[in-house]
Amino acid sequence: MTRAPRAVTIVGASLAGLNAAEALRREGFDGPVTLIGAESRLPYDRPPLSKQVLAGDWAPERAALTDPEELAEDGIEARLGVRATALDMAARELTLHTGETVEFDGLVIATGARCRTMPGTEGIGGVHVLRSLDDCLALRADFEATPRRVVVVGAGFIGAEVAATARGRGLDVTMVEALPTPLSRVLGDEMGEVCAEVHRDHGVDLRTAVGVERISGDGRVERVTLSDGSTVDADVVVVGIGVVPNTGWLEGSGLEVDDGVVCDASCLAADRVAAAGDVARWPNELFGETMRVEHWDNAAQQGAHAARRLLDAAVGPFTPVPWFWSDQYDRKIQLAGRVRGDDEVRVVAGSVEERRFAAIYGRAGRIVGVLGFNRPRHVMRYRALIEQRAGFDEALAAEF
Amino acid sequence: MRIVVDFDLCESNAVCMQIAPDIFEVRDDDFLYILDETPGEADRARVEECVQRCPKQAISIAED
Repeated sequence: MTRAPRAVTIVGASLAGLNAAEALRREGFDGPVTLIGAESRLPYDRPPLSKQVLAGDWAPERAALTDPEELAEDGIEARLGVRATALDMAARELTLHTGETVEFDGLVIATGARCRTMPGTEGIGGVHVLRSLDDCLALRADFEATPRRVVVVGAGFIGAEVAATARGRGLDVTMVEALPTPLSRVLGDEMGEVCAEVHRDHGVDLRTAVGVERISGDGRVERVTLSDGSTVDADVVVVGIGVVPNTGWLEGSGLEVDDGVVCDASCLAADRVAAAGDVARWPNELFGETMRVEHWDNAAQQGAHAARRLLDAAVGPFTPVPWFWSDQYDRKIQLAGRVRGDDEVRVVAGSVEERRFAAIYGRAGRIVGVLGFNRPRHVMRYRALIEQRAGFDEALAAEF
Repeated sequence: MRIVVDFDLCESNAVCMQIAPDIFEVRDDDFLYILDETPGEADRARVEECVQRCPKQAISIAED
């Protein structure tokens, strides 16, 4: 039997890492807790970066998740602006970008993910991704420079939120999506089309089933050339084409990496080593599926679970119903569960026409997901049914 | 224990309602209602879970 750690080092100082640190203290752990973060900022919340902060409604400080006093009170040492570059499991040692090595006993890997970028756009001004607060402030500055035209590449949830915020600022927006229907792989064609309509209703020029051939300009972006040969003038481009987990520093560590740090069902990757958040891949026994989840709620819950697991081998599998929300215009879109494009979809409350509805997804006789447009109550009720492994018929018959 | 919700922060995500439906309810008007502002000590663990899991950190516990 392995023992509990005497000290815990957490690599990654965002939501998952911070929640791990706080959970250690909540559970009564009194050994040293060290939080190592690549960014020089204290942990902050990311959802406002595509909404309130980008819109200019919030000062960046409002996104803070903690402050130095709170960390000191909890006895959490934050080492910020240092990046872990290597992990030696045999020596139980981390290497930092400064060349310094740091011994660890317990370890939580919470290094998150980074944005995919478009090759060939590196030197072009006005081309953005959105992940960090610095990304957000750079994009906001470009929005405030009164551009004529914004092009959003990728109509996933980040792209959609940026498009909505840009429209809210009165900017012209073209959104380019490679799929025939946005989000069809996540929500299915029918519900993906509802999302598309919401953007069209708000004046977004949505181009689907078309890729981006080239982003070009003289020093600064001027136009985007699409795969059908057409061009779109652009002063600002936001690329939202997904993220990749930050696992490069684990090469040669002996930990298994496969699109994320491979963990067991309890989020353990090795003896006294756990992973959490966007970087962790683990078998979620509730769905009988190995997954890596890039949602806010997962980072928070998995961070806490990983911490509890390090302290106590009796802490069992991590079996959440993944859930996230996305605020676009005046709609709150929420999805809970594990949905595929070919699941059966039924509207169970409200109507698609009024854009205020709940729809549930069924597969192999079970309810596996629920999508809500301004229906938080229904989403949480059906989420509970998903958690209970309820049948699809039972869910269809339920009244909330 | 008294439950305090900052309604300027609350976005009605209804996470609290899933954890403690007898204490929190998001109604059809999309607003959150506190059904029991002063639950007993037996409910503390669940309320603390609500505090921790609220995506907007809008819930807190006042000891008075």
